[in-house]
Amino acid sequence: MSQEPLLSLEHLSAHYVSQQGTRVVRAVDDVTIRLGAGETLGIVGESGSGKSTLALTIMRLLPPAARIVGGRIMFEGKNLVDKPEAEMREVRGKRIAMILQDPMASLNPLFTIGNQVGEPLRVHEGATRANAWQRAIALLKSVRIASPQTRVAQYPHEMSGGMRQRIVGAIGISCEPRLLIADEPTTSLDLTIQAQYLNLLRELQREHGLALIFITHNLGIVAKMCDQLAVMYAGRVVEKGPVARIFNAPAHPYTKALLGSIPRMSDNRRQLTAIDGQPPDLSSLPAGCSFAPRCPAAFARCRAEAPPEFALDDGRTARCWLAAPGVAQSLDAQAAK
Amino acid sequence: MTAVLQAEDVTKYFAGRRGLFGGHRGVVRAVDGISFAIDGGKTLGVVGESGCGKTTTAKLVLGLEDPTGGTILFEGRDLVALDAAGRRNYRKSVQAVFQDPYASLNPRMRISAVIAEPLITNETVAPDAVRTRMLEMLDLVGLPARSADLFPHEFSGGQRQRIAIARALVLSPKLVVLDEPVSALDVSIRAQILNLLRELQDRLGLSYLFIAHDLAAVAHMSHEIVVMYLGKIVERGEAQALAREPLHPYTKALFAAALPSHPDERREDVVLQGGSAEPAQSAERLSLPSALPPRHGALRQRGAGGARRRRSHRRLPSL
Repeated sequence: MSQEPLLSLEHLSAHYVSQQGTRVVRAVDDVTIRLGAGETLGIVGESGSGKSTLALTIMRLLPPAARIVGGRIMFEGKNLVDKPEAEMREVRGKRIAMILQDPMASLNPLFTIGNQVGEPLRVHEGATRANAWQRAIALLKSVRIASPQTRVAQYPHEMSGGMRQRIVGAIGISCEPRLLIADEPTTSLDLTIQAQYLNLLRELQREHGLALIFITHNLGIVAKMCDQLAVMYAGRVVEKGPVARIFNAPAHPYTKALLGSIPRMSDNRRQLTAIDGQPPDLSSLPAGCSFAPRCPAAFARCRAEAPPEFALDDGRTARCWLAAPGVAQSLDAQAAK
Repeated sequence: MTAVLQAEDVTKYFAGRRGLFGGHRGVVRAVDGISFAIDGGKTLGVVGESGCGKTTTAKLVLGLEDPTGGTILFEGRDLVALDAAGRRNYRKSVQAVFQDPYASLNPRMRISAVIAEPLITNETVAPDAVRTRMLEMLDLVGLPARSADLFPHEFSGGQRQRIAIARALVLSPKLVVLDEPVSALDVSIRAQILNLLRELQDRLGLSYLFIAHDLAAVAHMSHEIVVMYLGKIVERGEAQALAREPLHPYTKALFAAALPSHPDERREDVVLQGGSAEPAQSAERLSLPSALPPRHGALRQRGAGGARRRRSHRRLPSL
């Protein structure tokens, strides 16, 4: 990417600190990610890998116990980390919007759909009630909701799960943001509804030139939707790069194991490659690489020293000593002896 | 080979909601005339979307619901005709593992008690024999013996699911109903549990009724798959063959909607029209494609051979 990226996270860290300050959970640790306009980035990781905290950090919506302890969030050339709250409010919902996992919880049951879809327009663009209502109808139409004129006056409980999720999508795109962050957008949906919704998001992305960030634990969604992928483990991005490259030849053992552990429709392996052990506790990470205790390829250095992010020549990065320049060759040489 | 469990034309209807003035009461045909058989040591996979009758099927097999019609035969004997002793024996032979191991284990019971409970309620066994058997089970599912004295909150999701499996196997059942056994688990843990289940099947000759959303996991685990839609079985077949080449338009659409396992497999696809159908209102809301029998309407294909995978972009359906 030669031009200025839309979003660039530079060595971003966000930690949760307990009240006495004795326990520190490094939920997001030294994360560097760049995303260009109109691109789709997938962030995958298991529960507790810090992916949702990362999303909240970008929006500056962290709970009181958490704080950004270092790094920069460059969005459209400005650093969001030191923006005053009042200015941040103009970014949220207008320049960066977010879709949350559970559409039932993110819609207010007491307000009509039209009211909720039109709210960002009234807040950010000072639209009148009547104007916001009309534009809400158009937005419902753009997320392919049938008979938007009737639906706009209804309440969330009158909609099916798939429709609610679309309405949340309509709220997300109402102010034509540049970046849409979707945190597990389809986990509560049925398979065919999920496919509909993902296709819808892709269409919206094309129409509006949106950049999308998908936060998910589902590698299938990444395979279907994303251009770029960042794999998170224990608060760090262990590997990132173009999706196809990572799927074809994962550089980090964790990525490799993750890809090997999902059943595929076409294979008839008797055994899946399971990853032994459990994800680590983020408040007491092992010394060295946090994946080392579960890693089949770990050697002495991994347990002593955490690897930095190594850049590979095909535009990927990996946090693994195996990816360090020269290491692969020297290991090969050892194996040859 | 004789089937361990055989269902013949089984139906289960529930009374629908009554209108405000007690008017006409609809009938929800949760399971509507399904037949299947599970052979010893084999896995039958059941796939379908919410509301298709998967869970009701599981409940019927577990004896938690009585069928409205049809017969379920266990080792050749009709469940309905069993006397109390036969029924007890049946309940011992058929066990279940549920989706959420955070909900299915009593937080106040130690693991030893969780695993031993079915044994104590169902059989007369001496206390030390109970303990031995319980430790055997822990070993079988790959947990250390010291787990016995801990409580469920001290375990991760994957370990809890192992405990749930140990509890299900303590009575040496012949058939285990697995209702979404891995969907609540982390991705890296799922493979551990799926591998364990397969290994146990090989070692103990268990039969499984495997219910899941994840089509690839079902295809991986099952010998035979049945696809359910609105309470009926719309397609059945040998697992790999069915996954490779689904024939029924609904199955095609369902498998096309499954997420790819590699970016090269991307496709844009047969998309079902409408929301997932609900059994109570299915008849009126759906338009029927000619390829489908009546009542299986939610599908409408565009153009001839519409189920073929296509790259072309499609308009999204409206609900």
